[in-house]
Amino acid sequence: MYLALINLLGMLLIALIVWWFWFSKPRAQPVSANLIEILVKNGVYTPARIEVSAGMPLTLRFLRQDPSPCARTVTFDDLAISQDLPLGKPQDVVLTPVRPGEYTFVCEMRMYKGTLVVKPSRV
Amino acid sequence: MNTGKVQRLSIKGMRCAGCVAAVENALRALPGVTEASVNLAERSAQVTGAVTGEVLLEAIARAGYEAVLQEEEEEPDDTQECIEQGHYRKLLRQSGAAGAVGVIMFLLDLVGAMPGLTSATGQVFWSVISVVTLAVMLYAGGHFYRGAWKALRAHNATMDTLIALGTGTAWGYSTVVAFMPAAVPEAARHVYFEAALIIIALVNVGAALEMRARGKTSLAIKRLIGLRPRTARVVRNGRELDVAIRAVQSGDTLRVRPGERIAVDGRLIEGHSNVDESMLSGEPLPVEKQAGDEVVGGTINLTGSFLYQATRIGKASVLAQIIEMVRRAQSSKPAIGRLVDKVAGIFVPVVLIIAVCTFLVWYDFGPQPRISYALAATITVLVIACPCALGLATPISIMVGVGKAAEYGILIRNGGALQRAGALTTVVLDKTGTLTRGRPTVTALLPCPGVTEQRLLQWTASIERGSEHPLAQAIVAAAEQRGIELLATHEFAAIPGHGVRARLADLALLFGNEKLMNDNGVELGKLTAQAGELAHQGQTVMFLACDGRAVGIVGVADPLKDDSRAAVARLKEIGLRVVMITGDHRATAEAVAGQVGIDEVLAEVLPQDKADHVAQFQQGGAVVAMVGDGINDAPALARADVGFAIGAGTDVAMESADVTLMRSSLHGVADAIAISRATLGNIKQNLFGAFIYNTLGIPVAAGILYPLFGLLLNPVVAGAAMALSSVTVVTNANRLRHFQTGED
Repeated sequence: MYLALINLLGMLLIALIVWWFWFSKPRAQPVSANLIEILVKNGVYTPARIEVSAGMPLTLRFLRQDPSPCARTVTFDDLAISQDLPLGKPQDVVLTPVRPGEYTFVCEMRMYKGTLVVKPSRV
Repeated sequence: MNTGKVQRLSIKGMRCAGCVAAVENALRALPGVTEASVNLAERSAQVTGAVTGEVLLEAIARAGYEAVLQEEEEEPDDTQECIEQGHYRKLLRQSGAAGAVGVIMFLLDLVGAMPGLTSATGQVFWSVISVVTLAVMLYAGGHFYRGAWKALRAHNATMDTLIALGTGTAWGYSTVVAFMPAAVPEAARHVYFEAALIIIALVNVGAALEMRARGKTSLAIKRLIGLRPRTARVVRNGRELDVAIRAVQSGDTLRVRPGERIAVDGRLIEGHSNVDESMLSGEPLPVEKQAGDEVVGGTINLTGSFLYQATRIGKASVLAQIIEMVRRAQSSKPAIGRLVDKVAGIFVPVVLIIAVCTFLVWYDFGPQPRISYALAATITVLVIACPCALGLATPISIMVGVGKAAEYGILIRNGGALQRAGALTTVVLDKTGTLTRGRPTVTALLPCPGVTEQRLLQWTASIERGSEHPLAQAIVAAAEQRGIELLATHEFAAIPGHGVRARLADLALLFGNEKLMNDNGVELGKLTAQAGELAHQGQTVMFLACDGRAVGIVGVADPLKDDSRAAVARLKEIGLRVVMITGDHRATAEAVAGQVGIDEVLAEVLPQDKADHVAQFQQGGAVVAMVGDGINDAPALARADVGFAIGAGTDVAMESADVTLMRSSLHGVADAIAISRATLGNIKQNLFGAFIYNTLGIPVAAGILYPLFGLLLNPVVAGAAMALSSVTVVTNANRLRHFQTGED
């Protein structure tokens, strides 16, 4: 009885892990301003998912409060952008208008992870 | 967005205290400005307040002065270093606390000094131990739990997740055993308090060691930043003043004395000296500077005192561009890292799934007490997995490799270029400026009977006056050197690729190569043989004809750089096919190639066709490097797998080049390739190590060896292995710092 229950719970846990980390997305923060502040602290970018409209110039202002060296660099692989983030000092990453799509930004060791969602503009 | 921001401005036209008051008043009157102070000596203003730079500039302009915003100076690295030092010490303190309590518990248990779990004293004792452990865990490992929680909420799983789950499970199970031993089968009544603490201690020590080792990986960039002087000696109104570097403006006249570091980029206007540029260009010999020459901020003036005019300041300066380029390259990733990035991206959730499976398999099929085995194996799997080592493997080596290259005056554009440079098979070298000095001189004047050397040079120089072609300039320079007066010519016409035609008084002159003479029916006679001889010595030969009759030949040669032969030998030694490409006549080209030891020559190639030749090599399967001066060869440099711009000097930001060599020696190419190969080798070692570690470590931690050998890893050993794995990667990358390129 216990055995079956534990196995069932284990299976459910695996399903939950798969769903939570692969299929469920964090709630995106829609942004209308051109400047977005992103806090780099405790292993996460806050907000970690940002929604913007295509065609608008964008400045991402990273404020790194995590002294761990992993957080030192933020990289946007698909945009070929890599920026050092000084500790405790805002650092801007200026993006020229980018095409609609999802752009992941990560730290050097890919533990910090964020997504910039660029939606087609409604013009 | 300027709430309380401090902005600095350079102000022109201020001469007296009255001007200071006028500017200060104009600034203070602006809404949002909380403080404004003007420094007359530095001709600068510092403004604090919520106001944009444009508003400040307008206000100063209204007051009758001209101002520019000073570029924000980078915070000195000392502050960053201080914070990182603080973090390093904190990690050690946390590690010390967790380690001390954990080891004491472990030793007491070892000598049997711990009371039993079910006795009345034992119940109280273990409940207290549970609370104490929790307190120490929160102090020493609070960052893991906060990080794990935040990451979880962001649908992300990190290193923190693994450590938090591993140690959290250990503590949770032990606490159940401590508070309610009856709820657990007797054989499974084990506590893992000491394991949780020692794991936290080990992971923190690992992080601290990694941090220390990482500091060394960025030494190259710190060294470059350290070259920036803080002050400059500006000459204003006939007086020399020491001012902060940010107060120097383009156009200022500056003084530099022997032994001093040159403050900003500029052009020497008075005096002469020798300057040590080795820290930027890797060029070991001092460079002689005289009026008109460019000097670079950050280099050291050795012998004389001189005045120079600032031309490039702030971010436009050579040093700032080098720092920016190195930084960018250091944080870029080559394709070799992409697969790892994909693996690292899903690594932690996969490990979580493996951990659950491990638990279930032990629980279903393991020996008694199953729950204990299942828990221990699960904790070990969580703790041994190290995504950090995987993620770090590539970037950390790139960082050290690109920095190492910068020490040699080699600026690599990005990680991709570094990777391709390591795989090169063929090097195509441009002749002029790459193998040769790029400064041709007249080496032979052979007039026909009845014509003097003087006359030959006078006529040819008169025709070539005004041409920017290096050969033409060599002839004009030779005439000037001999004090020969140049004559007026007219009806000048250039015949591209062949020569020129002009009239001098009534004479019709034709000056160019053999083909030009043949096309115009000029009989060359024995001049052909003489020309052949000169060409075989590596000279470029041009004929002069007057009214359809040959009157003489001029030989021009571009001397080889002293180390070209040795550098070519090095390139061959490392297994590269070396080809020379030039627009020169075949005989001349082959002569030069022979002198430097190149067997393969592409001669008489027009500049626009060089890229096609590079493409042909590529079609044949070669990975091609093109080495040129970066200006005339831009299309070929861009077409090549790796374009090397040689002798860039102060022009560091060459768009067409993947690799910019600041000094003019060809050794830079071999150095760059050697560094790239070493870096790629290092990355492969790191990746191999990190992959092997995880692919072997996780199954062993899960207990794959237990059925065969009865071997099950202790969670504490797993913690130690994990802590060591990322330190090993960083330490291995640091080995690159001691790499020598092998140049004699």
